[in-house]
Amino acid sequence: MELKGKKVIALGERDGVQSVAISKCVQSAGAKVVLEVTHCFV
Amino acid sequence: MVDTEGAENIVVVLGTPTPDSTKLYAQTVIEGDPSWAGILAGVAMHLPTYHILESEVKSLVDPKVYEETIGASEFALDGESICQAVREVRETNGVTA
Repeated sequence: MELKGKKVIALGERDGVQSVAISKCVQSAGAKVVLEVTHCFV
Repeated sequence: MVDTEGAENIVVVLGTPTPDSTKLYAQTVIEGDPSWAGILAGVAMHLPTYHILESEVKSLVDPKVYEETIGASEFALDGESICQAVREVRETNGVTA
């Protein structure tokens, strides 16, 4: 698997991992975040 | 977005809290909405999908950033079951990044 140069869709969830955290991680791996969403089902 | 960018350039990274929700999200972006309730019903995008807790993802991330942002979630969530759920959907459909 490779993230460098990839476009990432970050789908977070309030009770799991929020998309902001996912974005920070994948950006540190060289990916570009093109969509960042955190869902809440409460 | 998939039509313009191409599925081969896109990776979906999930932060779902349970194996069931992980499977549902993964099936939706790979096979199409399994509940046939939303606009992605019958739309198979075949997007490579991983969970942020998977070792394949963790190994690529700056360890300091991972610890700061994901560290607490690693202990709170059932990572093994969650990772198994998304891995099964990927393998069933032969989708990898």
